[in-house]
Amino acid sequence: MSNPRTLYDKIWDAHVVEEQQSGNSLIYIDRHIIHEVTSPQAFEGLRVAGRPLRRPDAILAVPDHNVPTTADRATRVDSIESKTQLDALERNCAEFGVEYIPMMDARQGIVHIIGPEQGFTLPGTTIVCGDSHTSTHGAFGALAFGIGTSEVEHVMATQTLILKRSKNLRIDLSGDLGLGVTAKDVALAIIGTIGTAGGTGSVIEFTGSTFRDLSMEGRMTVCNMAIEAGARAGLIEPDEKTYEYVKGKPKAPKGAAFEMAVNYWNSLKSDEGAKYDKEIFIDVADIVPQVTWGTSPEDVLPITGVVPGADNISDPEQKASIERALHYMGLKPGEKLTDLKVDKVFIGSCTNGRIEDMRAVAEVVKGRKVADTVDALIVPGSGLVRLQAEEEGLDKIFIEAGFDWREPGCSMCLGMNADRLKPGERCASTSNRNFEGRQGPSSRTHLVSPAMAAAAAITGQLTDIREL
Amino acid sequence: MDKFTSIRAVAAPLPMINVDTDMIIPQEHLKTIARSGLGKYAFSNIRYNDDGSENADFILNQPAYRSAEILIAGENFGCGSSREHAPWALMDLGLKCVIAPSFADIFYGNCFKNGLLPIKLPQPIIDELMKDAERGANAIFTVDLENLEITRPDGDVIKFEIDGFRQHCLINGLDDIGLTIEKDEKISIFEDQQKAQQPWLYK
Repeated sequence: MSNPRTLYDKIWDAHVVEEQQSGNSLIYIDRHIIHEVTSPQAFEGLRVAGRPLRRPDAILAVPDHNVPTTADRATRVDSIESKTQLDALERNCAEFGVEYIPMMDARQGIVHIIGPEQGFTLPGTTIVCGDSHTSTHGAFGALAFGIGTSEVEHVMATQTLILKRSKNLRIDLSGDLGLGVTAKDVALAIIGTIGTAGGTGSVIEFTGSTFRDLSMEGRMTVCNMAIEAGARAGLIEPDEKTYEYVKGKPKAPKGAAFEMAVNYWNSLKSDEGAKYDKEIFIDVADIVPQVTWGTSPEDVLPITGVVPGADNISDPEQKASIERALHYMGLKPGEKLTDLKVDKVFIGSCTNGRIEDMRAVAEVVKGRKVADTVDALIVPGSGLVRLQAEEEGLDKIFIEAGFDWREPGCSMCLGMNADRLKPGERCASTSNRNFEGRQGPSSRTHLVSPAMAAAAAITGQLTDIREL
Repeated sequence: MDKFTSIRAVAAPLPMINVDTDMIIPQEHLKTIARSGLGKYAFSNIRYNDDGSENADFILNQPAYRSAEILIAGENFGCGSSREHAPWALMDLGLKCVIAPSFADIFYGNCFKNGLLPIKLPQPIIDELMKDAERGANAIFTVDLENLEITRPDGDVIKFEIDGFRQHCLINGLDDIGLTIEKDEKISIFEDQQKAQQPWLYK
């Protein structure tokens, strides 16, 4: 009997091509997703070196960061630079024989939404993409992490990466979520507990009944935010819910192959007695709806809280950081978070742009109106999410309430297209980062769940969803 | 990739924690299909005023630090996105080495692929180096990758650690893709075995 292993150990061990003298391992990569921003220089590198793509069948390409989300997107790209990148992706895919989902295809969407939707994301696989939120796919029990463009090129040329085994951090959460508490609140609360560097050097496995009880969409939200806790990857062991989601997806195995796959996937569980480098147990009863106040995802508080001050902080860099964030966000210590008025509301992104998120918003806004002082937009994570929402009549609820219902893309999560905040504008956003300038120069972002963002749109200020 | 063996240069202090990749290079400057020319956008949100003029308070705009090749920063440097534009921008700005108590994983790895040396040191040592770096044009450090040593302006020597393979690649300017391609046969053997066990992963 071999030593008990964690889920991470098992996936890692199954992908070692070679243990190298340096202590690194050559790890095989099963799946590679690319988009227009971080791939052009990698294709150029292959071209210059005269290297072929090792496995075109293991790559899937889709434009997402730059695409317009307005109805006239077919004829209007926001800048010549954006158009150059979008054109380059299409051209490179044609030249190297990569499957490419065009912007006007119904399947187009954010890389981390379309991977699962297409059945490209499968349990037990290694998945990479030149985007830090690749951690999302860990919800399927896949080892998925973001890479830089040089590594994109390395995978294109060799289907491998030279990696050092990460530490293995376990975060356990058991019990039922309280009223108004969602996967997003869980993710934010974890980051608030361990900090944005708490997972650095680690892969986080999320264990316990709270994660098991989440839908696949909720699990994706949690794993998506693992990177905001500093961990390159998050993992949740696959189960019946996972298989049910994967079954029937276009690129998923079918028939006997599916049964064979499930048989293997059932082995992807951390063994009894497996050792983690660190284990953190969080009490689910302590988690209420969360909101960020500052410019790092760790600057997070319960919605019932007040803006913190820096007076009691002794570390000079910490103190300066808080003071800088307060100034940037235009906040004063002691202000109630629920007193903060918002100018815009953004619902979407790879964190919260899935159908369950759309349903959560619809539930809150049905029969209500967006406040006169607020511009609110909903950007579905993919064309398929958009279609599903429309089949369920959610679009009508959104439009009647006064939301702008858009075409899919990364949109205002990072403002690489025209969807941006104006300087000084405050936004309740379902995205993943509240960094300075993230949603546009001098933009002010408060990260929240979809239901909380919907509530803010209705009342015009940050709102405790439990009181709406 | 440029080789990195040893540099002797001014170090600039940036005593900020959680310097994120959006701060290092904002998203609007990622719309390029080239690796070069990004230095003018490095730190642009804090380096320039709204009217496009230089912010005189920003450390790298100050005369003593314009030629800095070393940056000393707070913990969790490079957190956020996977954009390799961040090290590209820092290098194009003239930086060759960043010294901090900790780095975000993806940024840390990206640095080595481009000849930018990230050095991790304990916070108390960083605090001392930060004070050294405040000495303006006199804040001249030597960073010697072959001997894994930093020489402070007053001559004190500090040792640091780096993964041996990464050190080797940086010193020799090696392209690790070339090294991995030499493993082609092993990769093919792996693929054959995996295809037999998990045929659904192959077309």
